[in-house]
Amino acid sequence: MSKVIDLSSENFQKEVLESKIPVLVDFWAPWCGPCRMMAPVLEDLAGEFDGQVQVAKIDVENPANQALAAQYQIMSIPNMKLFKNGQVIGELVGFRPKEELKKELQKQLGI
Amino acid sequence: MKYDLAIVGAGPAGLSASVYASRYGIKNVVIGGISGGLTTQTHEIGNWLGEQKIAGWEFAQKATEHAKSYGVEIKNFLADEIKKEGEGNFQIFLSNGEKIQARTILIALGSKHRHLGVKGEKELAGKGVSYCATCDGFFYKEKTVAVVGGNDSAAGAAVFLGNIAKKVFVIYRGEQIRCERFWRESIEKNPKIEVLSNTNIKEIVGKDKLEKLILDNPYQDKEELEVDGVFVEIGSEPNIELLKNLKVELDEDGYIKIGPDGKTSVKGVWAAGDITTGSNKFKQIITAAAEGAVAVADIQGFLKK
Repeated sequence: MSKVIDLSSENFQKEVLESKIPVLVDFWAPWCGPCRMMAPVLEDLAGEFDGQVQVAKIDVENPANQALAAQYQIMSIPNMKLFKNGQVIGELVGFRPKEELKKELQKQLGI
Repeated sequence: MKYDLAIVGAGPAGLSASVYASRYGIKNVVIGGISGGLTTQTHEIGNWLGEQKIAGWEFAQKATEHAKSYGVEIKNFLADEIKKEGEGNFQIFLSNGEKIQARTILIALGSKHRHLGVKGEKELAGKGVSYCATCDGFFYKEKTVAVVGGNDSAAGAAVFLGNIAKKVFVIYRGEQIRCERFWRESIEKNPKIEVLSNTNIKEIVGKDKLEKLILDNPYQDKEELEVDGVFVEIGSEPNIELLKNLKVELDEDGYIKIGPDGKTSVKGVWAAGDITTGSNKFKQIITAAAEGAVAVADIQGFLKK
């Protein structure tokens, strides 16, 4: 089963802001090519960082999620934000190959 | 393991080359950050034979699956370095630390978006400055946007945004945009799209997000143009950073010079697609795919020797 959590406005608070471990949130949409290419990369990382970093994604095309996208000022996707203790501590805009994203996560979190 | 052919680049040129190589029985591997390359950012493709209309990401996915169907591995990592260690012996170092050995190399690294290079562009990237209309257009529903450029990509972006935004300005430095008639007519038909010709952007202004553009040619007597988003579509330049060690011959604009068979100036190295001088810099999927095929036909002859 996929280790990537599907986020919505309903579970965002609990899964992201109240998470005990850092969460990498991918703001994406189905029409965005680079976002689709990002999906398998995130799946892989979710497995590799299991227990250390939670990987999650939120579909910004869904009207119910658009308030969150606006709140986090998403204007370019894929947009990945790294949350720790409810705060955004890092942001990446645009497609990243797996190793680059992995390095970035390790750097940001010192792991 | 040593491959017969390492294809560096996973866009249409690289994937097409892989399909041809696999069918010839050439043991090949494809290396590229994003499978499908820049096509993943194309809104809609309408000039690829056999597909009247296909979304860029869907084309990328289908092309990737096609190449993979022959059992070829596509390594979604960037190549950090390519070294020629002697006749028929190349080494490619990948960003994940892996090292790949190959007898021949096909460079299909394509091109990357050209940036405007004006003040504010870098600072506001992702905050109103975008290089992918398909990805980000949606965030500008009923807003005002500008597209910079006058080529097919710019016109395509303007038409796409014309369905979403309240108002679309096309800012072009020349007299008349130089795109396919199909795009020009689509622009003319949409009253929401307005072309500002003979105009350049001097500066992009905004604090936390884009607020306005400063133009060198006033629009309605004002140099300032208030927009929510600006999409930069001013063409592309070849991705040649990786080629320093290989020393393949480039033309004055940095494109790899190739012969009609795809050969570069370095023995054992071929090139194909948008990065080459091969198709008059037309930069189309069909020309890239064709160059990939032509190069592999020649590589096959070389490997047989």
